[in-house]
Order: sequence, then C-alpha cells, then structure tokens
Amino acid sequence: MHPFTFNRASSTDQAVKWGAAPNVRFIAGGTTLTDLMKLGVEHPTQVVDINRLPLAEVERTPEGGLKVGALVRNSDLAWHLAVKQGYPVLSEALLAGASGQLRNMATTGGNLLQRTRCMYFRDNLSPCNKREPGTGCAAIGGANRTLAIFGTSEHCIATNPSDMNVALVALGAQVHIQGNHGSRVVPVGEFFLLPGSTPQVETVLQPGELITHVALPPPLEGAKSGYLKLRDRASYEFALASAAVVLQIDGGRVRQARVALGGVGTLPWRSPAAEQALVGAPASAATWRAAAEAAVRGAKAQSENGFKIELAKRCVAQQLATVAARV
Amino acid sequence: MAPSTSVTVIGQGLPRIDGPKKVSGLAQYTSDHHFPGLLYAVPVTSTVAKGRITALDPRAALAMPGVVEVFHQGNFAGKLFRKQASKGKVDENRPPLSDNTVSYYGQYVALVIARTFEQATEAARAVKVEYASEPPNVSMRLAAEEKTSVDTERGDVDQAFTSAPVKIDQVYTTPVQTHNPIELHASVAVWNGEQFTLFETSQAVMNHQMVMAQMLGVQPQQVRIITEYLGSGFGGKLWPWTHATLAAAAARELGAPIKLVVDRAMMFQTVGHRTNTQQRIRLGATADGKLNCVSHDYLFHNARLDTYKENCGEATGFLYSTPNLRAAWSFARRDIAPPTSMRGPGAVPGLYALESGMNELAVALKMDPLQLRLANQPERDESLDLPFSSRHLTECLHTGAERFGWARRDPRPGSMRNEAGAVVGWGMAACSWMAKALPAKATVQLAANGRARVMCGTQDIGTGTYTVVAQMVAALTGLPLARIDVVIGDSSLPPGPMSGGSMATGSLVPAVQAATQAAIDEALQAAIEHDPRFAGKAPGALAFDQMQVSIKGEQGKAVLLQDILQAAHMDHVSGEGEGAGSAEAQKHYSQHSYGAHFVEVVWQPEIARLRVDRVVTVIDAGKVINPQTGRNQIEGAIMMGVGMALFEETEYDPRTGAPLNANLADYIVTTHADAPEVDITFLDYPDMTLNPLGARGIGEIGLAGIAAAITDAVRHATGVQVRDLPVRIEDLLDAPVGLAS
Repeated sequence: MHPFTFNRASSTDQAVKWGAAPNVRFIAGGTTLTDLMKLGVEHPTQVVDINRLPLAEVERTPEGGLKVGALVRNSDLAWHLAVKQGYPVLSEALLAGASGQLRNMATTGGNLLQRTRCMYFRDNLSPCNKREPGTGCAAIGGANRTLAIFGTSEHCIATNPSDMNVALVALGAQVHIQGNHGSRVVPVGEFFLLPGSTPQVETVLQPGELITHVALPPPLEGAKSGYLKLRDRASYEFALASAAVVLQIDGGRVRQARVALGGVGTLPWRSPAAEQALVGAPASAATWRAAAEAAVRGAKAQSENGFKIELAKRCVAQQLATVAARV
Repeated sequence: MAPSTSVTVIGQGLPRIDGPKKVSGLAQYTSDHHFPGLLYAVPVTSTVAKGRITALDPRAALAMPGVVEVFHQGNFAGKLFRKQASKGKVDENRPPLSDNTVSYYGQYVALVIARTFEQATEAARAVKVEYASEPPNVSMRLAAEEKTSVDTERGDVDQAFTSAPVKIDQVYTTPVQTHNPIELHASVAVWNGEQFTLFETSQAVMNHQMVMAQMLGVQPQQVRIITEYLGSGFGGKLWPWTHATLAAAAARELGAPIKLVVDRAMMFQTVGHRTNTQQRIRLGATADGKLNCVSHDYLFHNARLDTYKENCGEATGFLYSTPNLRAAWSFARRDIAPPTSMRGPGAVPGLYALESGMNELAVALKMDPLQLRLANQPERDESLDLPFSSRHLTECLHTGAERFGWARRDPRPGSMRNEAGAVVGWGMAACSWMAKALPAKATVQLAANGRARVMCGTQDIGTGTYTVVAQMVAALTGLPLARIDVVIGDSSLPPGPMSGGSMATGSLVPAVQAATQAAIDEALQAAIEHDPRFAGKAPGALAFDQMQVSIKGEQGKAVLLQDILQAAHMDHVSGEGEGAGSAEAQKHYSQHSYGAHFVEVVWQPEIARLRVDRVVTVIDAGKVINPQTGRNQIEGAIMMGVGMALFEETEYDPRTGAPLNANLADYIVTTHADAPEVDITFLDYPDMTLNPLGARGIGEIGLAGIAAAITDAVRHATGVQVRDLPVRIEDLLDAPVGLAS
C-alpha cells in the first residue's frame, strides 16, 4: 500500500482545514476508499478520519423533514423509524444495497461519493478517463453489460452504483456542504455531474469540502413510495436497473410523482419525462406503462447493455404499480 | 467381535469434530502460520497475455523500504526444474520465471520479497516490466484445432442418427468458471538448510511432496508438506501451482521463511479454472422413446504450454442403453492460463450437455423427460461390457419424482402456477459420478491414556474427512469420537489419498479399518502376554471394546487396556493398514454413483426475474458414513449448481486477455438469499465392491446434472431453451411466457 499520513479530525472546522491540502481524502466507513486504495486506484497522501465528528444524528427539521448527519450509517438510517415511516423508498433503497456488514460501516455522506464499479476503472491498468484523464475508455466496446444507458459521453459510460442516491434524488434531498470558506446547500439533483469530457469530476464538491448533512424535505402528504432493484442474483449485487418511486394519488389520479432510476445512469437518474406522464393521469396500468416508456426514452445502448432499456422499463412500470397498490 | 457402538456410528449424522476449532478461530489455516524472521513475497503479474518480456527493471522496487530482493528470470532461472514427464501431477509444468515468455495474462514475471506484506505489495507495483506483446486469442468460440480422440464408441452413430425417427442435434456451451474457495491459495515455506517444511493449501499433500521435491531438486524425504485445515479447494488446490515453488525456492535462496498469499485477482489468473466447453449432442430415438443413438462431440480450451482434458464424456457411455454411441473430443489452444479440475470435472459440464439433450429429446418426442430416462436404463455398462457394481438410478428417479410431486407436472410452458400465483417451471435431470478408490496406508495407535490416534497422509478440505475417519476408528474400537485423535494433513504420515474425485473417503475405509483392527490385535496380544488373567488365551477368545479387553462371554470382567499397557511398560499399541484401491475391482465392475435432481423455478416476467425455488435431489452414493456432512456436500453442490446455471462466468477481455470480473463482487456466485428449499435423500445402498463399508465419496455428484435440470425448468417456465450458460436476464426478456400471458 502506498504510504499515507492518517489524522483524526476532532471538529468539522479542523477537517475542512486539513482537507484543503493537496491529495487528501476524508474517511468515514471506508467501504469505497480503502477498497480502492488496496487496488491502487486511490492513493491519497493524507487520509483524514472524520468518524469522531458530531455528524451521526438523525434529527427532525422544523419544517417536518429530516436532517441526516453525514456519518449516519446505512443500517441505522434504513431502520430509523422516521425513515421507515416517512421515506420508505429510502429505507428500501438502503437495504437493497451491499451486504449487512457493509451497510453497518457505510455512511450517508460516503455513499453519496461511492465510486463506480466499472471493471476498467477498478483494474488500475486499462485506459480509463475517470481514473487517468485522457487515456480513453476501455468500457466502450468492452465489457459494459452493467454500465450506463443514460448520461454517457464518448469519454465515459460508468454507472453510479449507489442505491441510496436514487432514493435521495427521488425525494429531492439537499446536500449540506462545509468548506473553508463557509457552508452551502446543493440540491442532490445538482450535486452529481455528467461525465462529459471530465468524467474524473463526479460532483460539485470542491477540494476540502465536506458533506455534513443530507436534508430530506417533509414527506408529501399521503404519498407512498418504494424502491425496486433488479439484478442477476437476489443479494449483494449492484443494480442492473432500479426504480425509486414516490406517488401522491388523489381520487384515482396521480397528483404528484417522483421517479428516479438506478443502475442505468452515469448519475442517479431522475426522469422528469416519466413524472410528467404521471401527473394528472389516472392511476392505472396504462399510465404506468406510459410513464415507463417515457422513462427510457433517449436511452443509449452500448455493445452489451441494450437489455437494460427493456429491463428499466419493466422496473419502473412494476414499481409504479406496486407503490400505487400500497395501503 | 461387535463393539457396542459399531452399529450406530457408521451412518450416523454427526457434527464435524474439527468444528469447534474452526468456529473459535483455533484452527490454523495455511496462511495463519508465522515464524521469526518471516518475509513476505508478492508476485508481479504480467499485464499482457501473449508476448515476451523485453526489459525488467527492479531498481525502484529494490530501493523501497523493507524490500529484500526482487526475483526475476535474470536471477532466478535454473532454481526450479520440471519436465512434462516428471513425477507427480501439476497442471502448469513450466517453472515460474524460467524464461521471458508470457503465455497468459497474470503470469508471474517477478517476485518481490519484503519485510511486510504492505511493503512487498507496494514494491511489486514499482517493478517496471516492458513487453513485446501480440494480440491474444481468448475467444470462447472453439473449433477442433487438435486431433479428435474417441472416448468410447459402439455401433454406427452416424447412420443411426440419419435414420432416427425422432432426433435432436444441439450445441451446448459452458463458460470458464473459477473455483473461488474463500481461503486464498497460500504457501508458507521454511528451509533449514537440509529440509523444507512447506505449509500449503493442498488437496493432496503426498503429490505435493513429490512435485516439490522434484522441482526443487531435492529428495522427497527433504520435503514435508502440511495442510492441517483447508478453506475449501473445489479441485483448484489439487496440484501445486507456481506460487508454491516460488515461495519454497525463495526461502532457500534467502535462508528465511517466506509467506506468499495469492490475492483474489490472481485467483482468477494463476491457480486454474474450469475450462469452457462447447458440446454437440445428437440423440436419436424411436417414436416411443427408445434411444437408438447418442453422439457427444465436445471441445474445450487449453493453455499454450500444457494439455489438460476436461472429460465431458465420462458418463456418456453408460448412463443410458443404446446400440449406437460415440463420445469424442478435441480442443483449441488459447492465450489463457492452464485450466484444471473443478468440482466434478468433465462430468459436470458433460452431463449438463447430455441431460439437456435428453430433455430436448423428450420435448421432441412429446414424452415426459422422467419416462424417457426410465425407458432407457441399461442392464449393464454397455460401454465397458461390465456389470454395474451397485446402480440404483431408477430408484433415484422414482423416489425424486414422488418427493417432488412430478406427476402433477403439466408439460405446457408457462402453464403452472405456485400458491402465490407466480409462474413456475419444473425440470429434472439424472446425474452420475465415478466411484473409485486409491491405494492408501494408515496407522492407528491405542494409547495408555485411553485415547486412539489415527494417522494418514490425507487431508480434510472442509468436507468432513476428520470426522468420518474418526467414525471408522470408533466403529471398531467402540470409542466415542471425543477420544479419537485424527492426525492428517502431513506428508510425513503414512501415504494417504488425495482429496479429489470424491475418492478420499472410499480409499480411507480399508486402510483405516485394517490399521484399527491391527492395533486391536496388538492390544489383545499385549493382554495375553502381560496380563495373567488372559495368559494362554487365544486372541479369538478375547473381545475389545471401548479400550477394554475381556474374555468373550465375560464382558463384566473387562480390564482397561490402560492397565495392561502399564503393566507391560508400553505407551501404546499400534497397527498399520493398507487399502489397495479399486483398480482390480474396476476390471470386473462398472463402479459409479448416481442421482436425480428435480427443480422448480419461479418466473416473474413483469420484472424478468427468475429464481430457483425448490430442489429435490436423490443420491445413490453407496453407504453414507456421515449423513450430516454428506448432506452438507449435496446442499453445497446444489448451491454451486444454481450458480453454474444462472450466474457464474469468468469474462476475458478480448483485447488484453485479462480475466475482467476477477473479484467476488463481479464474479457472481450463489448467495444465501438465492438458496432454494432443498430436499435431499440418500438411498444408502452399500457398494461392497469398493470397500468393506460400501462407502463411496460424495463431494461432486451433487453438482452433476443440476444445471440441466434448472435450464429445463427455465424452459418450462418461460418457453426459452437456453443452451449457453449461464442463463441471463437478457435471454429471458423476450420469453414467450411474457408480459402478455
């Protein structure tokens, strides 16, 4: 392993101060970072441990939402009563991810920054614009069965692997960020960046900036939500396609809808087109099908992943039906 | 004499005697061993699949902290020896670092030795290697590039096929699979100037000793191999791989103990895999379902430098009765590392193809696949023209069908629903695996401390060998298992069998029984010579049970062996035993195990989700010594079979030749969440031609045939016949049993 210095921050101010130095990584659960360090893909010169920071609480906001500390573990968040009751889609997405052991370590802030599982990114050898800008993309024309059909560029087709992120996008969460020059709040829908010609830049975070919280807006009144993840095996595998759905149905018609897809996008992929097809339409199988069709419009297949277009469509249609049928 | 517990201990389901050590962490696996001054070795692996090393610069690595040495062709060639014809079995003959040729991706091109594992790992990344490389050929499409050989042939297959009233002609393929035991391959090598002590992850310590002595250029008695516990092997740990010879030679060169642990990515590169197969099955039958020809032509890939045979035709010659049959094979070389045996080598992919063909023939005949099999059972092995030693496949089929409820099957695809209303598919297949025994020796001691000790140069690969060996001793001595010490996993012990081919248990029975009996005879002799109460008695007049000697009919007056041995100033009595193996019996009998699988899958077309829900398996594997560990073997095989059918495939990048999904997240195997409900029955008919207990091995048969049963169930559920494993979501998206139905 490449030598690095390890410091434990005792305050958020201290963490962001240390974080401003070159080639620093914050470590929380470490489920992505230590993995990539062992593979040699990440080689920070400094690692700043933020686990002692007071960011492990889930609090109610005055508006009726939730403020989730960046260090809240995936397991704790998934089983939190307020999450299970108010945001089932988030609880289900978290529990669909990784394994029990990983969820016990992985954190809310860390999961927002989870890196892609593209095999070429991780092999530390193949051309990869995300790992080594300018070297090319081995996945285009290579093994891309699991990779993206939305948001790709000629430089990168890597999938955002997180389940939690898909639910957060559907819920319209806000990411609270602290830097050396103060704090800011970014809607999660604007937090992730398309790969474009700079796939190495994945989020709006600037060097040294630290995610401190994720805020969830109050649950839509009377809304129902849920997450469906499709994959080859039943557990411990990244999504081939997933759907996070929030539906507010009133008098047999959809009043409000949020639809986001996972496993298919270079970012957690919200579908305004699907939402548009839903809002105002009768809560019916035909509506779910139309929304699913809309959700996959514009998808771009690679050499091995064309099946994801049909799979994503079925995933969305099925999950709309499931959520609508929930009591 | 009939000791009190013998009736029950053979055939009793008992937990593993090594279980408490394993769950408490006391069991020392190979890489747990540590010695003062131990150095860590990390290989540098080739990043091209075909070519030549043109330059290797170790200077940067050598300058790094803790680095002791960097071995490469320039300073290492000539340290190891090997010819193809050399003694002992290996699947990669070329000694590592012996020349500058690269013939597969991941081949070891250098070895870094450092004081810590982390230092060695980082330094291995700093070794600069330049290659003159060529584009590799790792294509999974095969053609017969070498000469075709015939496994078995009778009648005239081609003519019979041409004139058959009903026939099928299909090609089935299986991908490369990687063993992936949880325990990584590892070597801890110690050289004391005269003697190697090598802690290895080995399924065959005796062969390992022979190979290492030969490759290191020393005498076998200078090499001791120890594998006390193995975190499974699945065949991948049968023969020594290049890391073992590297570690041993490095220990000798540096005069320091060396630890080398193969990492997970290397597990996909340098320690073997199950080769891919491409198998053409042609079956012909009369309109009422009598087979008149079976043709099995199969291909697989091999590495550039070594030749391995994936014996897909193993069961083809005798599974069914037919006058015309041929099984023939060839292979194609690829720029891929050498393949090796993987659980049920040959028969597992072979029976996937043959049994899939039978299922497709049943469809063509509009006949129940169970009836098709029942209608074609042979009276004797028509390939060898020998009687079967003990074959109960018909009963396996009947019992399985009954337990599964097969009679309720509606053959129309998509026609059946489960209680929840979901579409289910039912499929079945038969299976077979060889029943062989190897020569073996064992020693048993009965000691003054009241314990028995059994010693044999075999090993427990996680399957329960410790326990079944103790049961064999318990059966004759009447001792509880807690008072029997099983000492195995050490090549300095009497030579025992490898743990491969499901042969260990059956090979051990005669040797351990004979050694136990010989030790008991010694104990009785000691009683006659040293205890006045038994003086002048004939050994046949005495009884031995639970470490006590008595006169037959006067068991109430038994004397502790402990007291007899103390009077005789003896620590223990000892007996040696030997088993001859099955070579002689195989001249007279066709010896095989059999079984049948019945599978239910659930198909949800609305989300293209297919899961295996229920498996009923009936196994005819002789007398099962320990149904608990035996059942565990079949359960594990079924889980692995689900993986073979639906998940497992090692993918190679055609541009670089690299195995791409070389980790446990991307190489998908069955998880607990995928586990079906499993119902296992052992018929338990002893095969007395194999050994005195009639026990056959059980490690592999459960994996044979299961993939064909699953793909048949998939066809029954979805209407899609998949012939190229694994079945994937994309194969089923357009299934006839789809959204509309």
